Amino acid sequence: MKLSLPARLTLGLATAATLVFLYLPLAVVARLSFNPAKSVAWPGWSGFTLDWWRKAWSADGPRDALLNSCKVALAATVVALFLGTLAALAMARFVFFGRNAVSFLMVLPIALPGIVTGIALQNTFSRTIDLGLFSFKIGFGFHSLVIAHATFCVVVAYNNVIARLRRSSPNLIEASADLGAHGSQTFRYITFPLMRSALLAGGILAFALSFDEIVVTTFTAGSGFLTLPQWILANFSRPQNVPLVNVMATFVMLVSIPLAWFAQRLSDDGGGER
Amino acid sequence: MGGRLDDAAVVTAASVQETASTGGGASGPSHPLRTVNRLFHGRRRLGIGSLLGVPLLWMLVVYVGSLVLLVISALYRLDPKTQKPTDELTGENLRAAFTVWDNIWVVIRTAGVALLVTILAVAISLPVAFFVSKVAWRWARRGLVVALLLPLWAGYLVKGYAWRAMLSPAGGKFAAEGKGGGGFLESTFGWTPGYGRVAIVISLLYLWLPYMILPIYAGLDRLAPSLLDAAGDLGARPLRTFRSVILPLLLPSIAAGSIFTFSLSLGDYIVPQIVNQGEERFMFGSIINATLGAPNQPLAAAYTVWPLLIIVLYLLAMKRLGAFENL
Repeated sequence: MKLSLPARLTLGLATAATLVFLYLPLAVVARLSFNPAKSVAWPGWSGFTLDWWRKAWSADGPRDALLNSCKVALAATVVALFLGTLAALAMARFVFFGRNAVSFLMVLPIALPGIVTGIALQNTFSRTIDLGLFSFKIGFGFHSLVIAHATFCVVVAYNNVIARLRRSSPNLIEASADLGAHGSQTFRYITFPLMRSALLAGGILAFALSFDEIVVTTFTAGSGFLTLPQWILANFSRPQNVPLVNVMATFVMLVSIPLAWFAQRLSDDGGGER
Repeated sequence: MGGRLDDAAVVTAASVQETASTGGGASGPSHPLRTVNRLFHGRRRLGIGSLLGVPLLWMLVVYVGSLVLLVISALYRLDPKTQKPTDELTGENLRAAFTVWDNIWVVIRTAGVALLVTILAVAISLPVAFFVSKVAWRWARRGLVVALLLPLWAGYLVKGYAWRAMLSPAGGKFAAEGKGGGGFLESTFGWTPGYGRVAIVISLLYLWLPYMILPIYAGLDRLAPSLLDAAGDLGARPLRTFRSVILPLLLPSIAAGSIFTFSLSLGDYIVPQIVNQGEERFMFGSIINATLGAPNQPLAAAYTVWPLLIIVLYLLAMKRLGAFENL
C-alpha cells in the first residue's frame, strides 16, 4: 500500500503525540518529587531539592509499605509461577475436553473488575469454612494477600510459558527421547532450559503486577498490613504527605519500568530456537 | 500398553511420537524413575491430571468458589443493628440492584464510560500501531513498540496520581499550600478540564491504552504486506483498503484489547476517587465500594452481580470474535 507523504507524516505525528501523552504525566510526577513546595501545582523548572527523597528514605511508613509490597509480590510470584507453569505444560502438550474452558478460567481473574474479585475473596476469607471434619478461617494479613495476588498473577506466568512452549520446536523433545532420555531428563535438559527465560520474564511481570495492585489488595489485606500502593492511596490527598507520595511514585516508576523492559527483552530472546 | 496410545494427544504427528518415545525408549534398565515413566507412559489422563490438577483446583476452589459464595452472600438479609448478615434468606438485595432505576442508570452510564474509553483507545491505537508496524523505519520499530508499552508498568496508582498532578485546577484544594497555581496543564496552557467526568475518561484511557496498542500492533504485524499491495493493485485507495481489508482482519485483535480497556474501566472506583470532585455516584464501582463500607456486604454483593454478568457476557462475545487467540 502506498501512502502519500502527508498521510505518513500525519501517522508519524499521531504516534509522536501518543508517546508524549504516555510519558508527559510520568515526567511531571518525577519533576514534582524534586519540588520544594508541598503541592501538586506545577513549579516550572526552577526550584530543586532532594529533601523529599531523603525524608522518604528515612520515613518509616513508606519504607515498611515498600517492604511489605516486595514480600507479598515475591511470595505471590513463586506460587503463580508454579501454578502457571504446570497449567502451561498441560495446555501445550494435550488436547482435551474443556481445554477452552481452562483458558477462559485463567483469564477470568484479570478480566473481571478488581472490585468483584476483591469483594469475592474478602467474603471467602472472612468466613469460617466448615468441612465437616474440621473448620477453618483464612482471615486477613500477609497470607491472604499472597493467595489473592497469586490468583490473578497465574495468567501472566501461564501466558509467558505457553507462548514459549508453542514457539519452540517439538523436534527437540523428540530428539531427546530418541537419544534415550527419559521423561525427567528431557524436562531437566530440554524443556526447562527452553522455558527458563520465559519463567524469568513471567516472574518479573507477575511481580510487577502484584507490586502494583491496589483494588484486590484493599479488600484482602485486612487492617494490619499496608502495601505501598495502599500507602500512596491513603496519603495522596493529605497535603503534608504529597511530597513523599511524589517520591514514592517516582521510585515505583524508576524500578518497575526498567524491570518490565528487561522482561520484554527476555521474552523476545530465546524464541528463535525453532 | 501400546493400545492406550490410540487416545494419546494428537496435537501434531510429532507430539504423538513424542508421547510414544519418551516413555517407551526410556532410560537404562535400573533407573529408579523408570517405574514413574512406565506409569505415565501413554496414560494421557494421568498426564493431564498431574499437570493441570493443582492449578485447576486452585482456580476453581479459590476463585470460582469465591465468586459463587459472593453471589450466594447476596441472598442474605442484613441485620440493621449489628450490620452483619443474618441467616435469613431474602431476594431484596438483588431486587434493589436490578430494579431500582437509580442503580440501573449508573450501570448504564458506567458501561458508557467503559465503551467510550474503549472506542477512544481503538481510535488512537489504530493509526499509531499502523505507523509503527508498516510505516516507521524498520530499525525503529522494536524500540517504538517497547516505548509504547512500557508505561503500562509504571504503576496503576502512580499513573492515576500523575493525572491528578496534570489536571489540578488553579485555586483548588492545594492552592493555599504552594504558589497557588494549578497543575501542569493549567500553568502551561492556562487551561485544564479540572477534576470530574472528563478527567475520569482521560485517566482511564491513559491507564489502559497500551493494552489496546499491543494486540493491534501484533495483528498488523501478522498482516501480510502483500494483502495491502493486492488491495492497492485492485484499485482500492488507502481508506478503502483500511475498511475492507485491514479492519476485518484486525477485529480479533481489537476484541482482545477491548477486554482490558472495557472491563478494567467498568469496575474502576479508584480513578474516580483520585481525579473526581464530589460526584460520588458517577461510576458503579464507587457505589459498590461505598455500600460495602456502609457496611452492607449483602447489598454490595448483589451489586457486583452487575459487572460480573456484563463482563462474562462480554468475554463470551469477544471469544466468538477470536479475542482469546490474540491475548
